[in-house]
Amino acid sequence: MELRSNEFKARAAANLGNEKLQKGLGLIKVKAVVNRANAVAEFGDFETLREAGKEIRNRALADLDLYLERFEREATARGAVVHWAENASEACRIVVDIAKQNGVKTAAKSKSMVSEEVGLNDALIEAGIEPIETDLGEYILQINDAEPPSHIVMPVIHKTAEDVADLFHAKHGTPRKTDPAALTREAREILRPKFLSADMGVSGANFLIAETGSTLIVTNEGNGRLCTTLPRLHVAITGIEKVVATLEDVSTLLRLLPRSATGQAITNYVSLHTGPKRLEETDGPQQFHIVLVDNGRSKLLAGEMREMLRCIRCGACMNHCPVYQAVGGHAYGWVYPGPMGNILTPSYVGLENAVALPNAATMCNQCGVVCPVKIPLPDLMRKLREEQMVRGLKPWTERAGLALWGWAAQRPALYALGTRIAVRFMKWLGGSEKLIHRLPLASGWSDGRDFPAPAGRTFRELYKERRT
Amino acid sequence: MRVALFVTCLADLMKPGVAFAAIRLLEHGGCTVEVPQAQTCCGQPAYNSGDRATAIALARKVLDEFEGFDYVVAPSGSCGGMVRAHYPELFRDDPATLKRIEGLASRTYELTDFLVNVLKLESVPGDFKGTVTYHDSCSGLRELNVKAQPRALLALLPGVTLTEMNEAETCCGFGGTFSLKFGEVSTQLADNKCGHACATGADAIVGGDLGCLLNIEGRLRRRGDLKSQVLHIAEVLAGETEG
Ligand code: SF4
Repeated sequence: MELRSNEFKARAAANLGNEKLQKGLGLIKVKAVVNRANAVAEFGDFETLREAGKEIRNRALADLDLYLERFEREATARGAVVHWAENASEACRIVVDIAKQNGVKTAAKSKSMVSEEVGLNDALIEAGIEPIETDLGEYILQINDAEPPSHIVMPVIHKTAEDVADLFHAKHGTPRKTDPAALTREAREILRPKFLSADMGVSGANFLIAETGSTLIVTNEGNGRLCTTLPRLHVAITGIEKVVATLEDVSTLLRLLPRSATGQAITNYVSLHTGPKRLEETDGPQQFHIVLVDNGRSKLLAGEMREMLRCIRCGACMNHCPVYQAVGGHAYGWVYPGPMGNILTPSYVGLENAVALPNAATMCNQCGVVCPVKIPLPDLMRKLREEQMVRGLKPWTERAGLALWGWAAQRPALYALGTRIAVRFMKWLGGSEKLIHRLPLASGWSDGRDFPAPAGRTFRELYKERRT
Repeated sequence: MRVALFVTCLADLMKPGVAFAAIRLLEHGGCTVEVPQAQTCCGQPAYNSGDRATAIALARKVLDEFEGFDYVVAPSGSCGGMVRAHYPELFRDDPATLKRIEGLASRTYELTDFLVNVLKLESVPGDFKGTVTYHDSCSGLRELNVKAQPRALLALLPGVTLTEMNEAETCCGFGGTFSLKFGEVSTQLADNKCGHACATGADAIVGGDLGCLLNIEGRLRRRGDLKSQVLHIAEVLAGETEG
């Protein structure tokens, strides 16, 4: 996926004025935020559950190497083949090789963010293999010239039913229809035969279960089941951090994930994949490959962003983020948008390639309080800001401004004098209306807001006068 | 009870009346209020901009100036939250200072939290009349659990009717330097907040943090609304102030 995170500011501003996009984004509050709140209220003690989720993920990360080894052992014992990919290109090469060795022509894909992260579709196409996205949202994006998703759970939240109606009409050559059910039926009719003819199914994995060597996916559309059972090959691709110790652990996380993501108590489908088809079985793939991708994760494990690896990709942080709600996922310029993306993107692609992202948050911590595994997202963003400061990745204007202000704030007499002058100047700027329409050096504020002018004397001046 | 007022840099510069109102409320509750004169800023702008060194220097300054009091009270959840929730992290590698900082943090309060939970005020001097709607500022709400306190205090004023707005807990878009760096996004969030607040038809939008209030008022005026009042909770509770 093309990296455009350094264009955040411009793209965010453009999206604010995009009415259609705003309409789509408005649905997040209705769908995800309200539904989550209801699900949490209905559940009761969600806080204890979040704490348990955090502990489970922490335990897995504390001994990640051991759990991964155990996973490989158990999966292999059950007939699966485990592959290790250090980076994106290696991951793609592994999947392409599997496909080539088995004469695969088409690959039916169920939703996988890691496949987006490593750019799997492009690699498959380059190797002459046709990838077919079977998740409705991902399918819509694919036929729209491989548009990137704008959300990790609801990839087409930026599109309205009208957009999809136009797209299907244009690409399928069918009469235009706007009824969502009819559109879904149309996609299903087109996708069914592709499922049946695909030689390889590619899925992600929400979790890897060490004790059984199983991969697990949650879906609502049922396409995941078809992708992982109909074709003769199943390739599951996911990040190494997704491992948890036991089925018991996963059952706790499964109570957190759908409630946090969509407000469901459970998704329509929860599928466990343990090895390929056995001799006595009639259905299932003949081969089951599991591709475990590092791509920067083990580096996070050793550093200050470690807590980010707890993430279970529920999307709650972006659903509840006022900035994401306003600008949409594309503004973030890579696979992972919203607060989690503000941390993952710079961590995976380099801080210098996503300079704006750790700063693109008001630190309101709405994300932190909804995250099912209690990742302190604003704290992690702040740490990245500190790293930017140390590495000189902040604009000189910001550094100079901060340095001057910080220097003065440590010198009370000078600070008092400076602020006295400043408030008098601001009072003058405000004029008789007492409103400043244009703030010098701060057009970011005054382009869209006035600034209420101060009274012209500082509190400490007035206080001194009155108390002496 | 000796209480130090942490004026906050925004009240000091932009709205001295808020600090005078806070003093009035604290004195009404029987406190002896002192205002350390060398105070400047809690350091949050530096902290959130990634300038850890300056944040630590300013935190030390606050520690030295405020350590000797029974309590420290700030008319701001943001500055109060900085001291309570973030100062300790700044000194995680300095056990001696950390101990002192933790002591200071445990004695530092946001104003309404202090009035309700420490002073247990049963009356306030204000005489505001009209409907108000309350914006929950992020730091106060999510770092200090300030939610019921301002509402309980407003309920002490017989002339005040509180009408809650939709999304009262959603960020107004201020975010300190965020409001300058991402002006368009910040303005949009402020606009959303103004929309929800105005939809209540309240005479005044009230909050506990000047940053948010300047942001909301600034957007409101730019939208052409010169009528709705935007007030700090201290001003409403204290009534006529000398600021
Ligand atoms: S950071 Fe937390 S809230 Fe965001 S996607 Fe990950 S688990 Fe969900």
